[in-house]
Amino acid sequence: MAIWIEEDAKILVQGITGNQGTFHASKSVEFGSNIVGGVTPGKGGQTVDLGSKEVPVWNKMAEAIEATDADASVIYVPPRFAGAAIIEAADAFNEVKGEGVIVCITEGIPTLDMVRATAHVRAIEGVRLIGPNCPGIITPGETGGAKIGIMPGHIHAKGRIGIVSKSGTLTYEAVAQTMSIDEGQTTCVGIGGDPVNGTGFIDCLSAFEADPQTAAVVMIGEIGGSAEEEAAEWVAENMSKPVVGFVAGMTAPPGKRMGHAGAIISGGKGTASEKVAAMEAAGIRCANDPSEIGAVLLKSLQDAGLR
Amino acid sequence: MAEHVEVIGMNIHEYQGKALFKEAGLPVQNGVHCKTVEEALGAYDKLESQIVAVKSQIHAGGRGKGSLYDPTSSDLVMEGGVKIAFNRDDVETYATNILGNRLVTKQTGEAGKIVNNLYIESGCAIAHEYYLAILVDREEKLPLIMASTEGGMDIEEVAESTPEAIHKVHVDMEGGVTAQQVQELADALKLEGKAADSFAEMIQGLFSLFVEKDCSMVEINPLVRTEDDRMVLLDAKVGFDENALFRHPDIVELRDLSEEESTEIRAKEAGLSYVKLDGNIGCLVNGAGLAMATMDVIKLYGGEPANFLDVGGGADEEQVKTAFSIILEDPNVKGILVNIFGGIMRCDIIAKGVIAATEALGLEDPLVVRLVGTNFEEGRRILAASGLNIHTAETLAEGAEKIVNLIGGGV
Repeated sequence: MAIWIEEDAKILVQGITGNQGTFHASKSVEFGSNIVGGVTPGKGGQTVDLGSKEVPVWNKMAEAIEATDADASVIYVPPRFAGAAIIEAADAFNEVKGEGVIVCITEGIPTLDMVRATAHVRAIEGVRLIGPNCPGIITPGETGGAKIGIMPGHIHAKGRIGIVSKSGTLTYEAVAQTMSIDEGQTTCVGIGGDPVNGTGFIDCLSAFEADPQTAAVVMIGEIGGSAEEEAAEWVAENMSKPVVGFVAGMTAPPGKRMGHAGAIISGGKGTASEKVAAMEAAGIRCANDPSEIGAVLLKSLQDAGLR
Repeated sequence: MAEHVEVIGMNIHEYQGKALFKEAGLPVQNGVHCKTVEEALGAYDKLESQIVAVKSQIHAGGRGKGSLYDPTSSDLVMEGGVKIAFNRDDVETYATNILGNRLVTKQTGEAGKIVNNLYIESGCAIAHEYYLAILVDREEKLPLIMASTEGGMDIEEVAESTPEAIHKVHVDMEGGVTAQQVQELADALKLEGKAADSFAEMIQGLFSLFVEKDCSMVEINPLVRTEDDRMVLLDAKVGFDENALFRHPDIVELRDLSEEESTEIRAKEAGLSYVKLDGNIGCLVNGAGLAMATMDVIKLYGGEPANFLDVGGGADEEQVKTAFSIILEDPNVKGILVNIFGGIMRCDIIAKGVIAATEALGLEDPLVVRLVGTNFEEGRRILAASGLNIHTAETLAEGAEKIVNLIGGGV
C-alpha cells in the first residue's frame, strides 16, 4: 500500500521528447519505474530511447491512455503550455478511465493559468493534480518503485513514513532524516511552492491517515499563505498517527519573495513562527533544524509505541 | 487569508498604472508625469486645475506619511511625499522638496528611495474615500475583490481593528464578476444611484484589466466618490505576475530597474534567485526551501545570514561562480556556507564550481561546504584534493556551527 501511486503504476510523460522529459523519464526507468510512453503534439508515432527501453510517443493524452491504460502522467512541458497540458490530461483521464493522477513538475506557470487549471481539475472527481513547481511523487518499492518526478531515487527506501512537503531539496533532507533512524517511506509527495497548486497538505494527510502502511508523517512547510495553519487544525481534529514538522523561513524578511513564488510574508501574515505555533498547538512536534527531523520523528514513534 | 499584500511580482509606478487605467477607459483624474521642477510647473499650467496633487513616484507604499531627506546631509526636507498644492508656488516648493531627495516610508526601510519621478494630478472634490483591491487568494485558488468604506487610511489597521469592514468577493475566472456580486459590493460601500452605476462599470473594467494583463494585484487606496457622485481611481498600485510577462511585452517596457536591487536583477538574469539580507554569512544553496532553512539554522547557531540564494535544480560551474561573485559583492560578508543536497545536481560538479570560483575570485573569507546526495563522495574528494582552505560538514547544523565559529561568532 501507499497513497495514490502504487509502486508498479503505469506512467506517461507529457513533453517526453524535450530535454527535461527525456532526461527525467530515463532516470525513472533507471530507478525501476514503469514508464509506458509519452505525449508530444506533432511527434506521435515516434519512439523515445530511455536508456534500457524505448517507449512510444502519441500526439494526444487520450490516445496514450487508451493505448496504455496509464494510471498517471507527469508534465515537463514549458511554463506557457503547462496549464493547457494539465487540462488536456484531466479531460483525457476523465473520458478514458474516469481517474488518474497528474503530476506537474514545471516551474514558472502564470498564476491565472493555474487558477483556470485547478478550477478545471477540481470539477472532475477522480482526477488529482500534484504540483506544479514540485519535485513530484515517489512510492519506493521492494525493488525500484514509482518515481514520478525529479527527486534522486537512490536516497529512498520502502517503509512506513509518509512525507509531504512544499519544498524539493528539503523533502530530500526529510527522506535522509527518516533513513538516519532506519525508517523508509510509503509515499513522498512534493506539493510545490507556487501560490496556486493542486493537491494540498490536508489531501496528503488524510490519505496518509487512511493508508494502513503509513505509521507516521513528516510535514515540511514554508512561509507564505495559511496552508500549514489549516493543516494543523485538520490534524488536531482528524489525525490519529504521529505527525512531525518543520517550517522553513524563520529568518525570511517580510515582503520579499524567497525563490518560490508562494514563499512570501505579506501584511505580516504567513510567518514561520505563526505556522510552527499552530502546528505545535495541534500536537505536531516541530524540529528547529532539518538535521533534527530524524530525532523528533524517532521520539514520536517511541511515544506512540511504534519503536 | 491575507488582508493586505505588498506588491508581489513586477511593480510599476502610479503614473504608469494610471495610464493603463485611462487606456482601459477607467475613471482617473488628468495627470502629468514629470522629472524636473520646470516640467512640474508646465504640468500645472497644462492641467488648468486650481488644486493639484504633487505625488512622489517610488515603488513603495506609505508615501503620504513618509518623510523626505537630503541625500547628502540627511537633513529632513519635508514631511509627506504626497502634497496638495493650492497654487503654482506650492507646486514649485513641493516639486523642489521632493525631486532628488530621499523618501523614507513605512515600506522602504530606513534607507528610503531617491525620488526621480513626480506625478502632478488634477484635484477633485471628494465626498468619501474607499479601499479597493483585487488579488489572487491562494487558499480559495480564485481572484478576490476586497472593498471597504474605510479608504485612504492604513488598511492593515482596518483589517486589525474592524475586519468586518472589509467586504470580500471571490470571482470565477469563466463567469467574471456577476451582477449580483457587483450589487453586493456596491451595497457594502453604501453606494446608490449614479455612484452605484459608476462603480458597477468601473469594477467590471478593473477586473477585466486584472485578467487581461495578468496582474498579481491591483490596489486602489483611495477609490473616491466625488461630490457629483462619480467614482474615481485616485490611487494605482499595480503588480504583475512575473511568470506571465512573456505574453505582455508592453508591461515589460514599464519596468523601472532603478527601483530594483541591481544584484537581484543580475542574479535573476543568471538563473539564480537572490535576496540581500543584513547579516554577514553568505549562503549558496540549491532549492528555495533548503535555502530558507539554511538561513534559519545559521541564526539558530548565533549567526546572521547575509542573503537568500537558490542556485536552482541544475546549476552548472558558471552559475556557481556567478553566485559566489554576487555574494561577495556584499561588503558585509565575512564567510560563506555552501549547502547542496544533490538530486539532479551532482556534487562533483558543484565541488568543481566552488574551486573555480574561489580561485578566480581570490576568496579569502572562510568557506564551509556541505555536500550530500548524488556523487557526494566524489565531490568531497575533489574539495579535499584541491589544497584550498575549505572546511567541510556532514549536516546543515554542523555546517552552520562551523561557519559561525570561523567568523568569530554572530554579528
